[in-house]
Amino acid sequence: MNWIQVGKLEDIPRQGSRVVNTPRGEIAMFRSVDDRVFALDNRCPHKGGPLSQGIVHGKRVTCPLHNWVIELETGNAAPPDAGCAQRHEVRVTHGVLFLENRIED
Amino acid sequence: MSTLFYETDMMTSHKAMQTIPGKTRLVVIGNGMAGIRTLEEFLKMSPHDFEITVFGAEPQPNYNRILLSPVLSGEMAFQDTVLNDWDWYEKNHITLHAGKRVSRIDRHRRVVESEDGLSVPYDRLLIATGSNPIMLQIPGIDLPGVLAYRSIDDVEKMLAASRTAKRAVVVGGGLLGLEAANGLSRQGMEVSVVHLCDWPMERQLDQAGGNLLKSALEKRGLKFYLSRQTEAILGENIGGEDKVTGLRFKGGEEIPADLVIMAAGIRPNIALAKSAGIHCDRGIVVNDTMQTFDPKIYSVGECVQHRGQTYGLVAPLFEQARVAANHLAEYGRMRYEGSSVSTKLKVTGIDLFSAGDFNPAPDDEELLFQDAARGVYKKLVLRNNRLRGAVLYGDTVDGTWYFQMMRDGTDVTELRDHLLFGQGHLGDAGRGGVANVANMPDSAEICGCNGVCKGAIVKAIIEKKLFTLEEVRLHTKASSSCGSCTGLVEALLINTVGGDYSAKPSKKPICACTELSHEEVRDAIGRLRLKNIPDLMRLLEWKKPDGCHICRPALNYYLLTANPAEYRDDSRSRFINERVHANIQKDGTYSVIPRIWGGVTTPAELRSIAEIAERHEVPTVHITGGQRIGLFGITRENLPRMWAELADAGFVSGHAYGKALRTVKTCVGREWCRFGTQDSTGLGIKVEKMTWGSWTPHKFKIAVSGCPRNCAEATIKDLGVVCVDSGYEIHVGGNGGIKVRVTDFLCKVASEEEVLEYCGAFMQLYREEALYMERTAPWIERAGLAEIKQRIVDDAPGRAGLYARFLESQRYSQDDPWRERALGKDAHEFEALATIA
Ligand code: SRM
Ligand SMILES: Cc1cc2nc3c(=O)[nH]c(=O)nc-3n(C[C@H](O)[C@H](O)[C@H](O)COP(=O)(O)OP(=O)(O)OC[C@H]3O[C@@H](n4cnc5c(N)ncnc54)[C@H](O)[C@@H]3O)c2cc1C
Ligand code: SF4
Ligand code: FES
Repeated sequence: MNWIQVGKLEDIPRQGSRVVNTPRGEIAMFRSVDDRVFALDNRCPHKGGPLSQGIVHGKRVTCPLHNWVIELETGNAAPPDAGCAQRHEVRVTHGVLFLENRIED
Repeated sequence: MSTLFYETDMMTSHKAMQTIPGKTRLVVIGNGMAGIRTLEEFLKMSPHDFEITVFGAEPQPNYNRILLSPVLSGEMAFQDTVLNDWDWYEKNHITLHAGKRVSRIDRHRRVVESEDGLSVPYDRLLIATGSNPIMLQIPGIDLPGVLAYRSIDDVEKMLAASRTAKRAVVVGGGLLGLEAANGLSRQGMEVSVVHLCDWPMERQLDQAGGNLLKSALEKRGLKFYLSRQTEAILGENIGGEDKVTGLRFKGGEEIPADLVIMAAGIRPNIALAKSAGIHCDRGIVVNDTMQTFDPKIYSVGECVQHRGQTYGLVAPLFEQARVAANHLAEYGRMRYEGSSVSTKLKVTGIDLFSAGDFNPAPDDEELLFQDAARGVYKKLVLRNNRLRGAVLYGDTVDGTWYFQMMRDGTDVTELRDHLLFGQGHLGDAGRGGVANVANMPDSAEICGCNGVCKGAIVKAIIEKKLFTLEEVRLHTKASSSCGSCTGLVEALLINTVGGDYSAKPSKKPICACTELSHEEVRDAIGRLRLKNIPDLMRLLEWKKPDGCHICRPALNYYLLTANPAEYRDDSRSRFINERVHANIQKDGTYSVIPRIWGGVTTPAELRSIAEIAERHEVPTVHITGGQRIGLFGITRENLPRMWAELADAGFVSGHAYGKALRTVKTCVGREWCRFGTQDSTGLGIKVEKMTWGSWTPHKFKIAVSGCPRNCAEATIKDLGVVCVDSGYEIHVGGNGGIKVRVTDFLCKVASEEEVLEYCGAFMQLYREEALYMERTAPWIERAGLAEIKQRIVDDAPGRAGLYARFLESQRYSQDDPWRERALGKDAHEFEALATIA
């Protein structure tokens, strides 16, 4: 796999999110309260709401538009809502964030 | 000695036991609605290792007994009533012994034994044996063709009989009896109902309501024999087979019958518990934790007697189930404190609702509404201005509203005039004044926000087995946005499942992360001097380490109002609009609306807005409904730059999108208007300068009108000032949104200074006492205007204290959030982390 360095862990606030711009659209990177980092397309499976702007709780984010709850690990909407946001692999090494690069495949 | 016995016994039934060492063994007797609901709640709490065994005398998996009536009437198939199919038991590793009746509980050895010789040891036991139909002890009761109405087995027998038999007689004109009668009549039988009383359903209806119901049912072909006591069931032997032929009443009157249904009431099924020496009265006696007299044994459902009360409807049983599950899972937190119940007859096309005590005592008041032409009858019983009972016939949409007020003990003095006309009459946008949901077509739109029609909701209730409003919201989205259709959705729920399951218990937890209510949390913040969210969650034993999107914003608000000077606002617990001080829009861009003090602007201000809008190529400039200018379609990255420019041009804003002071609308007032009595514009600006920046439980809107013509629409604002010649009228609790509510008159004052003081005091009271997300209109209805008047108008020192606290907290909140952000605060909110080319 091809990894791209996108920043440092401390650049994302705990229980917060930052966006990475890519030619294929925005990817939201989330940091949970216990410092785990996840990445999803910044598009809610419901109506495309920017997930990066939602409230992060546990390993979930609540979409700011209509409150769907999305699992950060899988991108799946919590039932009974159904849908999935594309997830991306993340690696954190010594506080540096790497994002899986799919641009070239 | 007993140990030896135990071992022998263990060995003989060795096969059935397969006990896994180290696991707590939970055995449930009764595979019905209450017992399995308890297990569902129990499993939700994912307790540590338990080994669960269920005994059910019925051979079916757990089904919804309530829906037997639609099965009988042919509107539903049995399969649709199954709540948990065989797979469910397997998936949850529950051993189900279906079709096995428990015949003995040995409390000494802690073992239950079934009729066919199975014996299973328990560490905890749950008895949920329901109740038995009362079979009158009269001659002929044992004849074939005499049936009870309790189980799917009964229904199948009734359906089989209806194919050959012609005349059915139902003994008992209560809820069950009438549903049975209706079902059999829909199956093509001639049906008569025999009842002891002068009118049907006397336990749920007064005589007038009962008579309406009787004539509606007569029109559908049912025949009534009222005030009759059945003395004997008659039969004869035809071709070697005993058969029912009729009924004899006291006094000698006889009527013919081929099928007799006994629906004369139910009796808690306590024989098993009693024989095990568990303390029983009318039911199995339990305490507030649903524990019986034996601490290892719990009990829920119709077999239970709690605080002297037994129940025959599922809503209270489900509340019991939650409590029992909580204790079985060893959380040990909740208590069951009894329930009030409402009822609804599930006969398609008949709308009937009753709750509480509707037979007025001497000092009670009675409100009546009768419209014979429309077939509508309503009766409300009040005691000390609080609702005690309600009977609704023909128009039941407001049933849940009355029921809620009854349970909350709401003081209805202020609502009295329109109470009978229902909540719709108070002005509910988007509901179109529909009253009778039963007769609405399936295609009728119920939820205007999410476009959900009646058919879809009913289908979801049945297919997804939904019982509560919350569940319907989750699955269909109906009533989950603006909420104006909540009454209709509740009515549909009641119509479909026949009772009020929305059971908003008097104490409602904030969200799934806690058992505590808003009030309890706020109380704890003061009592335990909690200063931040993590401490609060730890001390109050939050179930999730960092809560969820529902509780966090509420906690942040409560902590902030409790400690305005010290509390460090938690931006991570704020909804995006409050975090970035702009309103998120459907495409993820933002709207920016600078503050226009009192709605008064200048050419210079207009010019700067115009220039900024042009420079940023703002797609839409809209004059808002709040006397401001809205700039729509701004991208996140652009926000700080735009704010910097607006701030340089002298604009303040930021709280325009939060649960905070919004706008102060004014009219031109005395300065120009020929009717103006005071300087409404100037006063509005003073009020806005004092109040801007304050956080409130929900948004807060103010208006000042220069005379009673009220051009600023002050009487639909959270606080409205109407100037008159001799001073200023202060009005509170208005709302112009989803449900229009006209303000209540608070008082009249003489000077602008007093307006400011009363306004600050009122806002502070609201800030300190309303629940998060509760606007002033529902808050006032809950708290009671009388109480608010007392605190703000009568109690001068109290008012001064509130005002002082308001001003104190304003010291910390009136810095311009836009300027701060333009200068770099929270820059991470607006900038991308990286850009990948
Ligand atoms: C901008 C504005 C419409 C306009 O272009 O005129 C507006 C726009 C929105 N209103 Fe409003 N309301 C606007 C005046 C009103 C008014 C009229 C007024 O304030 O005099 C009302 C009725 C008065 C009242 O609140 O009692 C009003 C009643 C609502 C309601 C229903 C509130 C209720 O308690 O029933 C909501 C929903 C809510 O708050 O939950 C709402 C929610 C909204 C939201 C914030 C919806 C949302 O959550 O995203 C809209 C944001 C649009 C956007 O994309 O930015 N808006 N809204 C008005 C802003 C006024 C201002 O200058 O601040
Ligand atoms: C036709 C009908 C319509 C109804 N309509 C409504 C309505 O509209 N709204 C409403 O709120 N309520 C309604 N009810 C009442 C509601 O169904 C009951 O309140 C509810 O089912 C009671 O739940 P329970 O678990 O206490 O008892 P049940 O659901 O009866 O469950 C008890 C179970 O225990 C089993 N059992 C008993 N003894 C033993 C034993 N010794 N060993 C093993 N198993 C045993 C029984 O076989 C039964 O399956 C209706 C009831 C009927 C019959
Ligand atoms: S601006 Fe207000 S009324 Fe208009 S669509 Fe949005 S919420 Fe509804
Ligand atoms: S777009 Fe995310 S919930 Fe609607």
